[in-house]
Amino acid sequence: MMTEISFQQEFEIKGGDFVRAGEASCEIKNLLKELGVAMQVVRRAAIVSYEAEMNVIMYAGSGRLDLSVTSDRVQIVVDDRGPGIEDVELAMSEGYSTATPEMRELGFGAGMGLPNIKRNSDIFKIHSKVGRGTRLEMTIRTNGHRL
Amino acid sequence: MLTLKEVQSLLSGELLTPGINLEKECSKVFASDMMSDVLAFIDPESVLVTGLITSHVVRTACLADVSAIILVQGKRPEPMVVDEARVRNLPIISTACSMFEVCARISRSHPEAGR
Ligand SMILES: Nc1ncnc2c1ncn2[C@@H]1O[C@H](COP(=O)(O)OP(=O)(O)O)[C@@H](O)[C@H]1O
Ligand SMILES: [Mg+2]
Repeated sequence: MMTEISFQQEFEIKGGDFVRAGEASCEIKNLLKELGVAMQVVRRAAIVSYEAEMNVIMYAGSGRLDLSVTSDRVQIVVDDRGPGIEDVELAMSEGYSTATPEMRELGFGAGMGLPNIKRNSDIFKIHSKVGRGTRLEMTIRTNGHRL
Repeated sequence: MLTLKEVQSLLSGELLTPGINLEKECSKVFASDMMSDVLAFIDPESVLVTGLITSHVVRTACLADVSAIILVQGKRPEPMVVDEARVRNLPIISTACSMFEVCARISRSHPEAGR
């Protein structure tokens, strides 16, 4: 049986656009709050979304974030057309980062993004192809919390 | 327990976002310039102490459910950044104290804040 989609929205993310970085995630957080999603779920989704959004801005040319909400879960899918990740396992390890000094000056590049995304998701999938791009799929269950 | 208002006076801080309520409890404090660490480790409703003044600090604070931002060394962000904080109902307090001094003063009055 198909799960009924109660809410869905797409966001464009522009690589290198540090000025607007985080705006999509702030909007997502407000949307989820308005939908009445439980606060702990909103918080986890916001963090997941922000780290994924920042990675597209820092490392990929452009990308798309897809938010969908059903009665039992929030799902965030981020697809980019960036350079891809050569060694996904290495990229997933805490502290690994290829961020530039400029990015670190903005407070990013601790190498905690992907591990933190995984930790805050109930289901986490990452597919990456060098020269093609990266796709992240994150699902956070609402555990019977009312929508 | 301290309120944000009491923290402000403890630090002789200036509220850059007038009109935003400071009669809230300051239960926890997290000091860092690394926004990724904030996102990974901060507890909800914490006060964020930082020397960074970009719009990303405001957005990170908002996304991580921070209750107030304290800027150290008398730092002042661009008016645009302050406006964004006001819109997001996030108080910003600027103090001449160093990051160490901010943490020391708060912890003297509220030893539990770091846990
Ligand atoms: N969307 C992406 N496209 C290409 N490389 C990426 C992407 N996301 C992450 N990476 C690589 O994985 C590393 C680790 O990412 P992350 O855990 O978010 O830490 P950080 O962003 O702090 O470096 C990055 O430094 C980068 O090399
Ligand atoms: Mg990252």
